[in-house]
Amino acid sequence: MPREVPQGAHQNRGTVRVGVGGPVGAGKTTLIAGLCSALRAELSLAVVLNDPDLQTDTDLLLRNGALEPDRIAAVWTGCAPQAAIRDDLRANADAAAALEARFAPDLLLIESGGTDLGATFSRGLTDRAVFVLDVAAGDRTAHKAGPGVTNADLLVVNKTDLAGAVHADLDVLRRGAAARRGEAPTVFVSLAEHPGAPAVADWVRKLLAERRLTAATAIGAAAGSTTGPGGEAAGS
Amino acid sequence: MSLIPLLLLADSRLPGGMHAHSGGLEAAVAAGRVYDAESLHAFLLGRLTSVGLTCAAFAAAAALELSSGVVVGEDGFQSREAAALDDEYDARTPSPQQRETSRALGRHLLRAVRAGWPSVLLDAVASLHPDGPHQPIAFGAAAAVAGLDPGATSSAAALASITGPAHAATRLLGLDPDAVTAVLASLAGQVEQVAAAAAKAARGPVEELPAVCAPLLSISAEHRRAREVRLFAS
Repeated sequence: MPREVPQGAHQNRGTVRVGVGGPVGAGKTTLIAGLCSALRAELSLAVVLNDPDLQTDTDLLLRNGALEPDRIAAVWTGCAPQAAIRDDLRANADAAAALEARFAPDLLLIESGGTDLGATFSRGLTDRAVFVLDVAAGDRTAHKAGPGVTNADLLVVNKTDLAGAVHADLDVLRRGAAARRGEAPTVFVSLAEHPGAPAVADWVRKLLAERRLTAATAIGAAAGSTTGPGGEAAGS
Repeated sequence: MSLIPLLLLADSRLPGGMHAHSGGLEAAVAAGRVYDAESLHAFLLGRLTSVGLTCAAFAAAAALELSSGVVVGEDGFQSREAAALDDEYDARTPSPQQRETSRALGRHLLRAVRAGWPSVLLDAVASLHPDGPHQPIAFGAAAAVAGLDPGATSSAAALASITGPAHAATRLLGLDPDAVTAVLASLAGQVEQVAAAAAKAARGPVEELPAVCAPLLSISAEHRRAREVRLFAS
């Protein structure tokens, strides 16, 4: 069973925040670009990029009109990408709150800088975390212990099309993920072959549906009482 | 005065967004001006005795102003004095980029501090400017609600003007962290002198607070806007 949504401490009201982490080159930006293209017709979207290469990363997100430039914010982490999503999330929270205040998106994606398996998104920053692994980095990565793989709400194993070329065994990755993650979901994708990442897009749709259900239940329970805004979303 | 709030506010792990800022060190490294422990020492001494003094004086002045008989009234009591400090600090920060950074850090700091020391005073200071108050004003307000005296406030602010860039040097240059500690320790005396001068100045009129700037830091902050590759937020 998935955990309840939302639980992030940021109290960002209508927006669901999803963190996307993983090593450099695993396909985080490509995944986000794919999700934006796949979901833009049905959802209002915004993205915070950490440590972006402004030229290439932004181009990837703007290509085919997947996202308008104003809906992308950049955060620099001072060579400490893990700290920026966990120990000191202030700049990311600030950028997210600014996008939420301006666009009230249904979904806000926060891409971490390239991180190792030790990186994990703070619940004070995001509602959910996705971690992306690269098949071409070898088939032992999922088995290595680290909160990135262990705590992620969804593990995305990308570049399955390269498994043969690098002698990586997808079953070893599958077993590693199961050993470290128990029942938590893992999906195997090839963003090169299926840029829209349908399995991940469906996971996001389900997440948003849960959020709407939770919100509807909460409104019913509150029976007309109102709650004020708060947290990082409040104005300074 | 209890030392514990001072140590908490001076802890570089306080999640106030500071870890991603190099205080101009990244630009100095890129320009080849800082490359080892000795050149780092020179950079830090320059920073401490220029913008460090100004920051510490404004932080101490804000702490002094906001800790003495604060009553929050209908339109945010003390806001006029705090607003004057914020305006004066703005005038001492010629680079638009540095102004933006200082307000972002002030905003970040207040959010971190509000979690530990919730106070209507912090809310009032947060609303001084739509982008947040300047960092030294925010730090002074934090110090006031945490019960620090102006002397402790200026010491913490003076020290903070060099610890952030020093840690950035460890990351950017791969300097031996023990060598960086040695540089910081060797500056302890100068930090105390700057803090004492800042605390003394803080008791004077707002318009006469120190206005020492570091032109090269301001210029390089402006040049950074156009830099394609950067790792720190400032």
